[in-house]
Amino acid sequence: MEEIRLIEVKEEIQADNKAKAEALRDRLAAHKTFLLNLMSSPGAGKTTLILRTIEALRNDLQMSVIEADIDSMVDAEKIAATGITAVQLRTGGFCHLDASMVEKGLEGLDLASLDLVIIENVGNLVCPAEFDTGAIKNAMILSVPEGDDKPLKYPLMFTVCDVLLINKIDYLGLSDFNVEAVRERARRLNPRIKIFEVSAKTGQGIAGWTQWLKGQVDEFRSG
Amino acid sequence: MHELPVTEGILKIVLQHAPAESVSKIVRIFLEVGELSDLEDEWIQHYFDYLSKGTRAEKAELVIQRIPIMFQCDQCANRFEIKREALQDLQCPECGSTECKFVSGKGYYIKNMEVV
Repeated sequence: MEEIRLIEVKEEIQADNKAKAEALRDRLAAHKTFLLNLMSSPGAGKTTLILRTIEALRNDLQMSVIEADIDSMVDAEKIAATGITAVQLRTGGFCHLDASMVEKGLEGLDLASLDLVIIENVGNLVCPAEFDTGAIKNAMILSVPEGDDKPLKYPLMFTVCDVLLINKIDYLGLSDFNVEAVRERARRLNPRIKIFEVSAKTGQGIAGWTQWLKGQVDEFRSG
Repeated sequence: MHELPVTEGILKIVLQHAPAESVSKIVRIFLEVGELSDLEDEWIQHYFDYLSKGTRAEKAELVIQRIPIMFQCDQCANRFEIKREALQDLQCPECGSTECKFVSGKGYYIKNMEVV
């Protein structure tokens, strides 16, 4: 019987992805291209919010969108209809994007001519929170119909995001969703999180969000 | 679903650390997983059994240890551990402040492994 030996490994499993994400951030800094990673559940309004953001900022910023979908082109077609370049990444069953997938999406874009690239991550509140995409800032949407208990169910997502957009506030009258409770729960997990209440459908509150985003892009580009 | 890429990562790393000249078989792998990271222990073993077929890590057992969630208070700098279920009432046990930032308790690490 051979003797069992212990080998020290001491390695982070996602070290590869983290290194790729850091390298990507260096490249983005060199090109002065701001990368925003947008995450949410399916149906929370990522695509509609991106369309609103394009509408508000297209005269000020050169933008592109990377669309991640398990297996469809529907969202990318909606973005492309605005005249903004959209790159479709089919994740082939994967539930999230990682830095190398984003790298692949960026291959189709001329970074030097872009100020802002928005990643529409795969719709779910679990897996995307685990993988650094190389983005400069992470944003998430929680929509009113999903319920105000989500910070309790998906705490990691709320701790990794810089911004929380509470979307579909036009539904508030029809629901028992408690905005203050969400603000409090999100802030407990992440006191630095910036919170906007919006309706991507009606446009309510969108200006606050797009002005903040524009400010972040300007600050990054002048830094 | 992110168990699959995580499992691929584990296999790649353990094989790198177990050169064929000195290791004939990896028996047990000790992992540390943050309490805040969602991971199905059972699934990760299933994925590993599938991916590791025909390698030196075939039939290795994955032993998962959970790493506690730690926050640090912005006000008094106290570092404290908190259970996942208690996150909704998160506040500094020393000074009561609710301005606390996340320090650790997510991610996936390979600590060591038993080999023959």
